[in-house]
Amino acid sequence: MAVKGPGEGTRGLHGRSIRWWLCLLALVLAPAARAVLTIEITGGVEGALPIAVVPFGWQGRGPVPAPVGRIVADDLRRSGRFKPLPEADLVSRPTRGSQVNFKDWRLLGVDSLVIGRVLAKGGDTYTVQFQLFDVLQGRQLAGYSVPARRAELRHLAHYISDLVYETLTGQRGAFNTRIAYVTVRGQGKQREYALKVADADGHDPKTVVRSRQPLMSPAWSPDASRLAYVSFEHGNAEIYVQDLATGQRRLVAGFAGINGAPAWSPDGSRLALTLSRDGNPEIYLLTLADGTLQRFTHQPAIDTEPVWSPDGHDILFTSDRGGSPQLYRKPLSGGPARRVTFEGSYNTSADYAPDGKQIAFIHRDQAGHYRVAVLDLATGLMRVLSKGSLDESPSFAPNGSMVLFATEENGHGVLAAVSVDGRVSQRLRFQEGDVREPAWSPFMPR
Amino acid sequence: MTNWLKWLGMAGAVLVLAACGTLGGGKGGSHAGGGAVVEEPGAAAGTTGTGSTGGGARSQGVELGGRDFVARALHDPQSPLARRTIYFDFDSATVRPEDRKLLEAHAKFLADHPKLRVTLEGHTDERGSREYNLALGDRRARAVQRLLEFMGAAPEQLRTLSYGEEKPADPGHNEAAWAKNRRVEIVYEGY
Repeated sequence: MAVKGPGEGTRGLHGRSIRWWLCLLALVLAPAARAVLTIEITGGVEGALPIAVVPFGWQGRGPVPAPVGRIVADDLRRSGRFKPLPEADLVSRPTRGSQVNFKDWRLLGVDSLVIGRVLAKGGDTYTVQFQLFDVLQGRQLAGYSVPARRAELRHLAHYISDLVYETLTGQRGAFNTRIAYVTVRGQGKQREYALKVADADGHDPKTVVRSRQPLMSPAWSPDASRLAYVSFEHGNAEIYVQDLATGQRRLVAGFAGINGAPAWSPDGSRLALTLSRDGNPEIYLLTLADGTLQRFTHQPAIDTEPVWSPDGHDILFTSDRGGSPQLYRKPLSGGPARRVTFEGSYNTSADYAPDGKQIAFIHRDQAGHYRVAVLDLATGLMRVLSKGSLDESPSFAPNGSMVLFATEENGHGVLAAVSVDGRVSQRLRFQEGDVREPAWSPFMPR
Repeated sequence: MTNWLKWLGMAGAVLVLAACGTLGGGKGGSHAGGGAVVEEPGAAAGTTGTGSTGGGARSQGVELGGRDFVARALHDPQSPLARRTIYFDFDSATVRPEDRKLLEAHAKFLADHPKLRVTLEGHTDERGSREYNLALGDRRARAVQRLLEFMGAAPEQLRTLSYGEEKPADPGHNEAAWAKNRRVEIVYEGY
């Protein structure tokens, strides 16, 4: 099987995008201290599948270029669906199938085993081989040999995690995806905002845009190649679309009043957005190719935070037309908006699950806490998933397994993720500053 | 009538005086006149009575003699115009009744100084979602805009801007801080 390395394009791209900013905006770009997200699992993992991931073998000179096995084990642990055996408990460290003694692994109580090795092929090329075994049946479930460059090895490890996850759970893995988020550092005139993109495990953060003025509301295009976001660089909130490969950015909405809450249509041709140019925050549909603007809501109330249903048939949005902010759904083909949330007096900031059956949003509970909730659209049942008091910006993983959101810890903004069943939660800690407004990317094109 | 309304009336009169050129176009002259008003309202009233003769371009007064005057009217703690922030209840864009008089003072000041421009900056507290708050800040700024216009300010003098929850006045995470952050700031351009 041939796998296209996902890493190559990305690396060059971000370099270009940063240079572009240096040239065009002359914003302060002193190389920041390398800021890395660290992830800690804060919730239980009972019911997780026991699996052993053996550190991959390395055939080549010098240190191993990437800890592929460890990345896979960390991915699987983070998902909450797996409980990888601690490395210290590994009875043996096979790197090829012939070295595997299934009886040993059965005694350790693991159901599945991942082994592999990284082979240096000269220059910047490597081959990664790996196998996934069903320990109980003593048979191989998957096995691949994949060429990669050094810079692609981490992505390849995530790809292996995806394969293991999909083979054993039946659900597509979302490890080889990315997250966008906004960081804020400094106070007063020194305050600096940055829109960043990192791998889904927090590794390899890259700055997309930096500004002294607030940045908000990143939204991924369906092909994960572009971000729409809000920038206050000219005073009021305006919407830009930026190509992550070239760094080129374009002002797509800079009308009088607010220009906010961009959301991509499933086909990537349109943005739903909020404009107050006609005197009141209303939702409009902008066709990106020709700039055509179509007004979608007509209410003397706030209408904002649009999000397209995955089938493209309707738009879910926040409105206070009933006296308090609630979520409503309105078909694109016309017809009235129907209220979706009824519990509580504050439900905002919705995101659709990829299958369109559930929505995540921010719900204020009776104690005044703002928390992430999930609602099943068919049954109307709502479940609160998070435990913070000022949680914000829920964003579904592209496989629907988890919801990423912003929360606070010791007065600082951090990111967190929780599984849709509420059983597993994790924190993504940034080394400095506040982190907020996460947006989980769609699946990256393979 | 409250003190500040009296004050405002006198301030307007002195401005006319300045416009008439009796205090001269020079900065020092206007400073002296304006200073008298702010520090000693009684004396200023007298000056006004004796000095308002002759004609002159009102706009000139604003541009030359009026600049310091406007600055003092806005920044002197005794001036009603020194208060340029009004506050809102949670998730509300309704101007509180007790703030209407303040807005009337600003509307009158703007009507008397047609060259002045203000930006009405709408803000919210940090609770809830950022985009909803951006919209709420917009609603607050526009509520103030509508009132000022109704009270006599010209539409072209007023511009709205919403920062939502992005620029809190108080970075705290409690009700006291939130109350200070749910606001519209009246920002006079150039002052």
